[in-house]
Amino acid sequence: MNIIISNSSGEPIYIQILNQIRKSILSGELREGDSLPSIRQLAKDLQVSIITTKRAYEELEKEQLIDTVIGKGCFVSGANQDFIREQRMKRLEKKLQEIIQDSKELNMSQQELLEYITLLFEEDQTP
Amino acid sequence: MNAIEIRKISKAYPHFTIDEVSLDVKQGYITGLIGPNGAGKSTLIKLMLGMIYPDSGTVKVLGRDMPQQEVDIKQRVGIVSDEGGYYDHLTIHDTKKLIAPFYEKWNDAKFNRYLEHFELSPRKKINALSKGMKIKFSLAIALSHEAELLIMDEPTSGLDPVFRRELLDLLADMMLEEKNSIIFSTHITTDLDRIADYIAFLNRGKLIFNEAKDDVLNRYAIVKGGPELLDADIRKEFVGIRETSIGFEGLVDNKFTAKQLFGSYVVMDKPSLEDIMYFTVKGGRIHA
Repeated sequence: MNIIISNSSGEPIYIQILNQIRKSILSGELREGDSLPSIRQLAKDLQVSIITTKRAYEELEKEQLIDTVIGKGCFVSGANQDFIREQRMKRLEKKLQEIIQDSKELNMSQQELLEYITLLFEEDQTP
Repeated sequence: MNAIEIRKISKAYPHFTIDEVSLDVKQGYITGLIGPNGAGKSTLIKLMLGMIYPDSGTVKVLGRDMPQQEVDIKQRVGIVSDEGGYYDHLTIHDTKKLIAPFYEKWNDAKFNRYLEHFELSPRKKINALSKGMKIKFSLAIALSHEAELLIMDEPTSGLDPVFRRELLDLLADMMLEEKNSIIFSTHITTDLDRIADYIAFLNRGKLIFNEAKDDVLNRYAIVKGGPELLDADIRKEFVGIRETSIGFEGLVDNKFTAKQLFGSYVVMDKPSLEDIMYFTVKGGRIHA
C-alpha cells in the first residue's frame, strides 16, 4: 500500500490518508486481516502529527473498514464485506460501461461483444 | 493524562510578566510552543524545569510537583537547549562522565552511537561547540537516559535545514512510544507545521490558545478583499488586518462567521501558523 501526501492539495492531510487507505481496501489491494502500520508509525513515516493519522484511522474504524486491536495493531476488518463488495461491483459496472462504449465505437453489436467476452472467459478457464 | 500541568502561574520581571498562564501538555503527543521573541517562551520553559520559581501558581511535571520533586522529575526528563549549563572548559567526554552517574537509566552505548551519528568528537571542549553542536550534544544526553518527556527550548534555531529534518525523524522515533511526550518552543513555525499535534501560542506573557494544530488551522482564515468592503464595524471582525490602497488582507478566528459575513465578496485562504502569529502579534490595523 502506498500513501502519498500532497501539501499543495486543498484536502486536509487526514482526508488524504483516509481516502488512500479506503481506496486500497475497496480495490481489494488490502484484504481482510492484512495489517496496517500503527498510528504512530504512520505519523513518523509521513512526517505528520499523530493526531492527523489518528483521525484518519478513527474514520476508517467508523466505516468498519479497519479494526484496532490494543497491543496488536490495526487490521483490515472483515465486518463490512457487503459494503466492500458493493463498492467493487460499482467499480466493475463502471469498467463495463467503458467497454460497452468502446465496442460501440468499433461498431460491434451487443451479440458480438457478448460472444467476445464468452470466448475470453472460456480461454481464462482452460488451464 | 498530562505530561505537564501548569496552573495559574505568574512571574513578574521589571519589564515583563508571565500572567496567570495555565497550560496542559498532553502525554503521548508533541506540543509546539510558539510566539514571537520576548513572548515568554523561555521563561515558561525555565519555570517547567525549576530553573526559576514562580511568584504564584503551580507546576506539575510527569505527575510530580516542581520544584519540590525536581530530582525525581529530572531523571525522566530530557532538556535540549543551546545554553546547557555545562562547564565550558570540559570536553564532551568529561561532561558525560560528570552527568551520566546522575541518571539511573543511562545507556552509554546509545550515547556513543548518537555522538557518532551527530559527528561530535568526544574530545571537543564545550566552549568550542557551535550553537547547533550544543543542541546536538544536549539531544544526545537527553536521548541516552530514556527520558519520557523532552523539553526543548528553540531546538531548531541553530540548526541547518538538513539536520532540522533529521531532528523531526528523531522526535518521531521517540513518539512511537505512547508514554513519551515532547514540548518544544520555536519562533520558526514551519518546523512545527508538520509534526506538532498541539500548538500553544504565547504572546506578551499570556497564553492565546493551546489547541490541536488541525483545529487551529481549521478555525482561522485569511480574508482578502477590496478596500471598499471595510468600515469600522467590519474591521472589528479581524484579529489583525493589513491594509493597502488596493485591498486588504486580514486574519479572522472564526472562518464560518466570516463566510456568512463576506459571502463571495472576498477570497478566503488557509492560514499558516506564521500568518496566525503575525496578525495576532501585530493586531489592529497594519499599514503597508
